[in-house]
Amino acid sequence: MILNINGLTYSYEDSERKVLNSVDLQIKEGDVMCILGPNGAGKTTLLNCMAGLLEYSEGNIEICERPQKEMSAKEIAGVIAYVPQTHTPSFDYSVMEFVMMGRAHNTSIFGRPGAEDEECCMNILRSMEIEHLADRSYINISGGERQQVLIARALAQEPEIVLFDEPTSHLDYGNQQRVLKKIMELSRAGIAAVITTHDPDHALLLGDKVAILDEDGHMTSGETDLITEERLRDIYNTDLRIMYVEELGRKVCLVPGIK
Amino acid sequence: MLGKRASVDNRQKSALINSVLFVLLAILVMVCLCVGKYSISPAECIKILWGNLFNISGDWDVMDENMLMGVRLPRIMAAVIVGAALSLSGAVYQGIFNNPLVSPDFLGVSSGACIGAAVAILFAMPSILIQISAFAGGIVAVLLTLLIPRIMKSGSNIMLVLSGIIVGGAMTSILGFIKYIADPETQLAAITYWQLGSFAYVDNKAIVAVLPLSVVAAIVMVAMSWWINILSLGESEARSLGADVRLLRGTCIVCSTILTAASICISGTIGWVGLVVPHFGRMLVGSDNRVLLPASCLIGGIFMLLVDTVTRIIGPAEMPVSILTGLIGAPFFAWLLYRQRRNVR
Repeated sequence: MILNINGLTYSYEDSERKVLNSVDLQIKEGDVMCILGPNGAGKTTLLNCMAGLLEYSEGNIEICERPQKEMSAKEIAGVIAYVPQTHTPSFDYSVMEFVMMGRAHNTSIFGRPGAEDEECCMNILRSMEIEHLADRSYINISGGERQQVLIARALAQEPEIVLFDEPTSHLDYGNQQRVLKKIMELSRAGIAAVITTHDPDHALLLGDKVAILDEDGHMTSGETDLITEERLRDIYNTDLRIMYVEELGRKVCLVPGIK
Repeated sequence: MLGKRASVDNRQKSALINSVLFVLLAILVMVCLCVGKYSISPAECIKILWGNLFNISGDWDVMDENMLMGVRLPRIMAAVIVGAALSLSGAVYQGIFNNPLVSPDFLGVSSGACIGAAVAILFAMPSILIQISAFAGGIVAVLLTLLIPRIMKSGSNIMLVLSGIIVGGAMTSILGFIKYIADPETQLAAITYWQLGSFAYVDNKAIVAVLPLSVVAAIVMVAMSWWINILSLGESEARSLGADVRLLRGTCIVCSTILTAASICISGTIGWVGLVVPHFGRMLVGSDNRVLLPASCLIGGIFMLLVDTVTRIIGPAEMPVSILTGLIGAPFFAWLLYRQRRNVR
């Protein structure tokens, strides 16, 4: 068990509303877990709690059988990598410098990464076929390339689980598929993934675990059969269809016409 | 393979730029030692320096020696040290607060130091006490700024920036009051002169007193430069990569405050250098703080030395340095913004 969450409850300061209400979640090696939920339901909050970025009031999280609250930021970063939504940083670093930052949890406070770390990062860039970006500036590459670089940085942490916060939201169609394929590839290598997404079809496409977070902070988790027309209609408050498409050999989630 | 070669090239290029800057600074120090209203020939200058370094007596003019060793050398050393210290603090603050627009005094160190100095001037204290009081004032102001977010139980960057504005604003008013009650003939002039910074009355003892602590603070920050890169991605991203944000940021704030307060002790407050020099450094060597921090020190030293030498030569009387740093810094910053206008939102 990589991640074991029990009774996690979180509410923002000065607010009665529970963004997360007694959430339970277990993630094993190689699991791909999609978290669905309406806007503002606390999907990102849940990821932030997992990564130890937020202090929660109730419940506990165990990372590799150890209580998260006893772990330092470095120890957590050795297990959990976080791929944030793509953004433009204030300062311009080269892609290589950026990816090397994934080695921080192996580096001392007065240290800096060495030749071995550079070798490791270069191998990751090569395996993702983006080594040509190594010396480009992170600010000047495209959104799709930035997403790839963020994933490369996460892999440089050599994590057991990668958290993706809406990894497909700013990407064009082709880049969305590339990211989802990469997630499947990681899963086959034994690296688990937790993904928040607004597209239920992505959960069907990845076809593994699903968790649905509703507006009251309650979570239901299970397999893809959890995704039913009725449930989705409830959380998104809109009409949609789930059907099996013979040609694709899978279930899809689509909206009926809006005319 | 190609990528790897290129990144090694980049690093070599940056190291080369830093070496060139270092040589340039050394040459400028030599030139500035010779020029001035009372000029000394380069040969004479080298002879005197050499003689004093190895304690050999020579046949040089005693007037020249007094001028060089007693007045010009301390002044030049002070300008280089202060320029380097302010620029290093500025670069570090911009990194750790993930904000390219902050300067070393945004936590209130300058306004606090001014009040410290002004109070000491008001009570007609000797110059050493004015310096100690300025140092203490700077530290107290930063502590106050750090205290406000604590009281509000918020660890966010924005809160700290706003807190700096609150403390800075209050300090400016207090300073205004002190200036209002100060004796306009003597004390007011001294306070204003302090506020605008100058190397004209540099005190050897002050330099010797603050140098050891400043050097330690600078070394600590340069040693942490790679982690400053990580902090510059913002608080939560840095933490998710494994950074102990509080420890790293706290150490940097302590070191920067010491450096800035120490340089204010030497020269009074000098504006614009800490904000503009790091930007110029990024244009030359990029954003990687491992290269940027040494580069900022060197560029800051060069810039301050040039500005001070110009004020030394052109004016009929000694002009405060902040007048020139502002006149150069503001248009330069405007030009930088023009170049990067597409990235500024």
